[in-house]
Parts: sequence; structure tokens; C-alpha cells
Amino acid sequence: MTQEQKFEYLLRLGDNALILGQRLGEWCGHGPALEEDIALTNISLDLIGQARSILTYAGELEGKGRDEDKLAFFRDAHDFRNVLLVEQPNGHFGDTIARQFLYDHFAWLLFNELMQSSDEQVAAIAAKSIKEVTYHRRHSSEWIIRLGDGTEESHAKIQQSINDLWMYTGELYTPDALDEAAHAAGIAPDLTKLADYWHENVHGVLKQATLDIPEDGWMQKGGKQGIHSEHLGFMLAEMQHIPRAYPDAQW
Amino acid sequence: MTTTDEAHILELLTEVKDPEIPVLNVVDMGIVRKVESEGDKLIVTITPTYSGCPAMDVISANIRTVMRKHFGEQVEVKTVLHPPWTTDWLTDDAREKLREYGIAPPEKGSPDKSLLFGEKAPVACPKCGSENTKMVSEFGSTSCKAHYKCNECLEPFDYFKCI
Repeated sequence: MTQEQKFEYLLRLGDNALILGQRLGEWCGHGPALEEDIALTNISLDLIGQARSILTYAGELEGKGRDEDKLAFFRDAHDFRNVLLVEQPNGHFGDTIARQFLYDHFAWLLFNELMQSSDEQVAAIAAKSIKEVTYHRRHSSEWIIRLGDGTEESHAKIQQSINDLWMYTGELYTPDALDEAAHAAGIAPDLTKLADYWHENVHGVLKQATLDIPEDGWMQKGGKQGIHSEHLGFMLAEMQHIPRAYPDAQW
Repeated sequence: MTTTDEAHILELLTEVKDPEIPVLNVVDMGIVRKVESEGDKLIVTITPTYSGCPAMDVISANIRTVMRKHFGEQVEVKTVLHPPWTTDWLTDDAREKLREYGIAPPEKGSPDKSLLFGEKAPVACPKCGSENTKMVSEFGSTSCKAHYKCNECLEPFDYFKCI
């Protein structure tokens, strides 16, 4: 695996955390209850912390003097390598929880494997992050059960959220050439193996939540290669406008 | 560096408090991993509690300030992620300080992994000591705390959660 490929792979990891963290941050002051407002922004903070570690390391590997801030604030949408799932808009609380649930189950499996990465820094970041992802996953799974096995209205709404987002899940566990190269280099796990575990775990929670499991039909893809939905550009505009208006500003 | 020097430096580092929980210092919290010297330079290695802990930058700056006061300009603060910080590294002294401050200390050596699915370890109220308490939310005022309330004395309190 070349340095450029490794850099690309790290961008995938870092951008997933950054973009989902930014999305959750949009809930600040808008949560359905004070405790959930705090929970979503706590999770956001953990994800942005993970993104900082990963992007800092990516920048060092790239060796062009880009730090975490340069990578976060001075790249355009087509240079982002996050999966499409994490950039989807917050929608209502159930949509946000469904998105989080689908991602958390993937992240938990991935970081568990990355702890054995041949790259020491990747392994260290994974070992740190898995502790946080473990309670993120618990939080989102619990809400899936509470909403699914709740009232008729909450059941119908969360079912719809899961159905709507399902087509973005294939990209998580379907490897492309870069994922395969990362696996061959011992940096990352075999995604096809994670796919089975992901289905098993996600199905288990959905069943407990009395929800129907959507069929794996046609899946959206492209985020990992930089081909994004229209939502990412709007989000980046908001996230990046201050550092771009005042480059290198310090406080 | 001799062990005496190291002990002396660690003693000096107890001046640096966690800005969010000012009763704890960085040594109590177990975030100081190593002190060493390289030629004239003093290197203090720390590890973050949580990936996104916003107190880390302030803590690094405060460590530099205190160390410079005693050892001059040649001070570096390094951050490492491995091995990842765990609440087991909080000293017994730190646990007692937390309790006195009104924050229930984390259960030692028993990461409360199944907490939300009902099999929770009892968390004693830091005010009245009752174990008849209830978790309100796993997320609290900072990354490291969960929000609880006591069913006996009715006080809400923070619990320093296990990781």
C-alpha cells in the first residue's frame, strides 16, 4: 500500500467521524429533551475528538504540512471520503437515531478490528475510540428499542427512518480496491467479514424493537470515492465559512 | 533522570488541576504517563481521558507553565493515545476527593458496560451514601460524567462513568 493510499484510507476513517460529529452538533439547543440534547452533543464531541486524532495522523503521513484544521476546513466536498450515510440530514429525532444506530454498529465492529492494525497509531486510535463507540452504540440501540417497541406512532416513524436509510448501509461494508489494499497491508480488516456480524447485530436489535428488517436491495455508493449527495456541500458551507473567511485566525 | 527527580516533578505537577473538575490534579487522574529528560529538555507525556476532551489543551498549557516556572523554557508536553486511559487509573485519593466534591466516583475495575440494559452496578449517592439511585442519562455535563439522581435524598448528582 502506498503512502497516498494510506492517506486516502485514513481520510475515510477521519471524515466519517468528522461529518457525523458535525451533523450531531446541529442538534445543540434543539434536542427533544435536555438529556438528549446533551447526549447527542456529547457523542458529537467524542466523534470530533476521534476525527482530530485521525486527521492529524493523516496530515503527518501526507507530509504536505496539512494539519487537522487544514484538512477539515480547506477541502471541498469532492475531497471528502466519508460514507453517504453520515452526511444525510438530521431529519427528526428518529432519523438521527436510526442513522447513528446503523453507523455505531459498523464503527464498533471496525474499531474492534482496527485495534489489531499493523499500523501502531491506527491501533492506538482504535483502542481509544472503541471505549466511546461502545456507549454510543448502547445509546442508539436503546433508543431503537424504545421507539420501535413504543407507541404506534413511534413505531411507524422509526420503521420509516430505518427503511429510508437502509440503502446507505451497503457502502459501509462493501469493500472497494482501496479497502482491499488496506486489508492486504494488514492495516484494516476484511470488510466482507464485518458485513455478516453487522447484519447479525443490527437484525438482533431491530427484532427486539419489533421492527421489520429491510431487504438488502439496491445500495447507494460513492462517498468513499468522493461522490457525495447534495447535502454535504451545504453542510460544509456552514462548517467551513468562518475559517475560510478568516484563514489562520487564532484565539 | 533519577527517581527522586521524577518524584519531585510529579509533586510539582499536582499543582495542575483539571479545569472542569478543579479538585483533581493531573497526577490524581492518571493522565501523566511519563516524565523524562532528553539533554536539557524536560518531556512530560500525557494521555487524554476522552478523544474530544476540551480540557486537554488547557491542561497541556498549564503543565508547560508550571514546568517552565521551575525548569526554564526547555519543556515539551507530548500526547500519547496508547495505552488508552481508563478510570482505573484514578488514585484512591482522587476517588475520595470526587466524592467529597459531590461527584460519585467510578466503580473500580468494573466497567459498567451493561449499565443501560438494566444490569447496572449500584452507584452510591455522594451526599447521603444511599445506593437507591437512578440513572437519568448516561451523558452529563462533561464527557466523563453521567447524570444520576438519589431516590432517598432526592439530590441530582454526577457519576464519573467507567471507561
